[in-house]
Amino acid sequence: MIGFISYAVFFSTVASILAIAVLGLNLQWGFTGLFNGGVVAFFGAGAYGTLILGGTPQADHLGGFGLIYPLALAGGAAVAGLLAWVVGILTLRLRQDYLAIATFGIAVTFENVMRNAEALSGGAKGFRGFERPLRDLFGDGFGYNLAFFCFVLALLVGVFLFLERLVRSPFGRLLRAIREDEDAARSLGKSPARVRLVSFVTGSVIIGLAGGLYATFYAFISPQDVLPTLTFQIWAMLIVGGAGNNRGAVFGAFLIWGGWTSSGWALSRFAPVEAQLYTGSIQYILIGSIIVTMLLWRPQGLLPERLVISQAGQPRKPRTTGSMT
Amino acid sequence: MIQNLADGILVGSVLSLGAIGLTLVMHMLRFANFSHAELLSIGAYAALVFDAVFAAILPPLAAKIGPLSMTWALALALLAAIAITGASALLIDRLVFRRVRSKGSELSMVFASFGVAMIVRNVTGLLFGLGTQLYSRDIVFAVVVSRDPLLLIKPDQVFVLAAALLVMVALHLVLTRTTLGFALRAVAENPTLAQVNGVNLGRMIALVWVLGGGLAAIAGVFYGLTNQISPMIGRDLVLPVFAATIVGGIGSVYGAVLGGFIVGVAANVALAVLPSGYSPSVPFLIILAVLLVRPNGLFGEARA
Amino acid sequence: MGDAVLRAEGVVAGYVPDLPILKAVDLAVRRASVTVIIGPNGAGKSTLIKTIAGLVPLSSGRIIHDGADISRIRPDRLAAQGIAYVPQMDNIFRTLTIRQNLDLALRRAGAEAAGRLEDLYARFPPLADKRNEKAGALSGGQRQFLAVAMALAARPSLILMDEPSAGLSPKAAQEVLECARGLTEQGVTILLVEQNVKQALRLADHCYILAEGRNQLDGSAADLLSDPVVGEIYLGARRKGAA
Ligand SMILES: Nc1ncnc2c1ncn2[C@@H]1O[C@H](COP(=O)(O)OP(=O)(O)O)[C@@H](O)[C@H]1O
Ligand SMILES: [Mg+2]
Repeated sequence: MIGFISYAVFFSTVASILAIAVLGLNLQWGFTGLFNGGVVAFFGAGAYGTLILGGTPQADHLGGFGLIYPLALAGGAAVAGLLAWVVGILTLRLRQDYLAIATFGIAVTFENVMRNAEALSGGAKGFRGFERPLRDLFGDGFGYNLAFFCFVLALLVGVFLFLERLVRSPFGRLLRAIREDEDAARSLGKSPARVRLVSFVTGSVIIGLAGGLYATFYAFISPQDVLPTLTFQIWAMLIVGGAGNNRGAVFGAFLIWGGWTSSGWALSRFAPVEAQLYTGSIQYILIGSIIVTMLLWRPQGLLPERLVISQAGQPRKPRTTGSMT
Repeated sequence: MIQNLADGILVGSVLSLGAIGLTLVMHMLRFANFSHAELLSIGAYAALVFDAVFAAILPPLAAKIGPLSMTWALALALLAAIAITGASALLIDRLVFRRVRSKGSELSMVFASFGVAMIVRNVTGLLFGLGTQLYSRDIVFAVVVSRDPLLLIKPDQVFVLAAALLVMVALHLVLTRTTLGFALRAVAENPTLAQVNGVNLGRMIALVWVLGGGLAAIAGVFYGLTNQISPMIGRDLVLPVFAATIVGGIGSVYGAVLGGFIVGVAANVALAVLPSGYSPSVPFLIILAVLLVRPNGLFGEARA
Repeated sequence: MGDAVLRAEGVVAGYVPDLPILKAVDLAVRRASVTVIIGPNGAGKSTLIKTIAGLVPLSSGRIIHDGADISRIRPDRLAAQGIAYVPQMDNIFRTLTIRQNLDLALRRAGAEAAGRLEDLYARFPPLADKRNEKAGALSGGQRQFLAVAMALAARPSLILMDEPSAGLSPKAAQEVLECARGLTEQGVTILLVEQNVKQALRLADHCYILAEGRNQLDGSAADLLSDPVVGEIYLGARRKGAA
């Protein structure tokens, strides 16, 4: 029983961390229509940033600033935001698919740099030497995990409430207006590029926060944690849950993470030994199929965005589909 | 340095072939196709299979062509790979992209292409194993072109470059001399007007996929001939191929050709400056530089 | 009008489901005539033309051409059946040369293509002079002539034109409209939308007035030209009278 509860806490902690990242992506994609193809770069920036800022002194690479934990975590999120700001400035005024390509590129580059720049990140061995906060108080066992879960959960709720508020505010309406009809928003005297940048950076800060929590939880981060596949997983969570709906984002995170871990468990347990090597491949095929199936079958996700009527009595102007069908 | 340049030109020819197909698809279907590089992988593996089949059916075909490591069987397999890859591209469009296109926005297509890439890459891994393979185990010796500075070139490299250039010239002639080429360019510029002028849009889209797939197959086989074949070909080439299209300007075939060579050369020459581990980052730096200096690429036109 | 070559019957059509732009439109166009559609901005004139050309889906009603229902036929098939459409804007391929634009339009002409190309050059000499230039470099009037030349390439029996004189100098506008008129002598039927109401009515046989996606009025062009109500609304007669 205690084993089960302990596993449930472990599972829920990781799922909640991922849910925070999915919420950040939802702000970008669901509410603003920005395609972030490199979620993992911002997640990784938060993770490395937090460990470098809050870690113990390191012999062979950067780190050991020993900042108190909240500052380290916030610093990590800020690093992610800074990265997003640079990418955003360069790409947000261009064709939408440039953002997709540039963010994808930054994720590849981020992983590549973390793997090679040993002086910065510890290289392929990863980054250790991080004291988990309040370890003296909670010890190393189940108690610590439970306390940390509560901390993550509190942050998840906080981010959730913040975003719910944000999207109902005038700024949130502006985001959707730009998503639906950029020209109309421009004609109202709003600068779509600036609003997009704010949304993109805010979303990335949230994704970076998730990365910082992830690194704290494992007290370790390595290039293996920031492979592009994590981007797919987070995207799948959002698409399955329902882009544009914060509840959907959280629901999708738990659902997909549950499916991911249980498929991994089932494969390791029931698949023949020769096939074990291919567990990852099978899981990725599953997740790719889920993405494609959702887009074909239910592109609005399981919990679709509730339509917000933007002007009294007027239905939202549907996007005209291209003539290329 | 000069060796890097020579190697870069070779990689460039592969990237160019990949980028031509991608730029056509991106221009005509208006989405960034993250699964395009997987077509190179499909082509490389299809040729691997048919190479073995042809060599088994008709053993004399296993003989090498002149000084190349390419055999007659592989040359035939290349044709089969072109057909298979073109058909795969078309099939993927029918099964996924066309349906998403009729439902959602262009960005849903981008996302669908992520999913498709993931499926193709891992199915390839399941079918052919995760390890690397080679078309030929025989070692082909490089020819010393110059000793100081040292420049080694394999006959295969010369062949690949010449063949890639030939394909590009052929495509150029089709686009500038035939009404089929005009129709393709017309669809890219204004699909509605093309239809009104009697162009069957569905058929042109199919043609673009078959063309893109065929060129990708050639690129994939050439890549396999000078490197190794692995299920990760797509993962490793997706960013360089995107960089080539962006450098050239989306929609420009000549831009894609030039972009491919620029990216290939830059990535290899950068190795003379950067530690070798960083070469996967070079395409991204090139993308950034282009977006800063000339967002529409060398030959691209601004489009909303 | 028993010998109508084109008929629209109770056409309801629009760009997105459940949002009809054309709410109920009827139309009959006589063979070898010029019929003009006029109406305020946003009335749905362009939409009607595009619907006939097969570019906008009908949700009810039908369109009959030469006795056959063409409501569900793809635009490229309609083009092959002799229905040409000259859009209002973006009606040539800017990135192709003039020659390439025409070759594309002549793609289905087979052995006749070379002869027809010479005919078109003879009819529009400025195009012949600039045949190897990019069409994007043409002036507004020349562009319009190229668009008309492309429409003529397939030897259509019916040409749909959307504001062919918009943005042209008065002289060029007159030329384009006279060119359209001239075509009817070879048995071609013309249906066009015009803002230049007076000019169009002088040259047309029949006229439809459209507003808010519905027929308002129709009659012979001569009648409408002298109709006081139409004159007041569309020809600025009152302003002139008051002045
Ligand atoms: N591509 C389109 N998608 C959605 N609505 C359109 C489109 N084109 C025109 N409309 C709408 O259809 C209505 C009629 O437009 P149109 O037929 O162009 O009018 P007209 O040519 O009479 O000025 C307008 O309200 C316009 O906003
Ligand atoms: Mg109009």
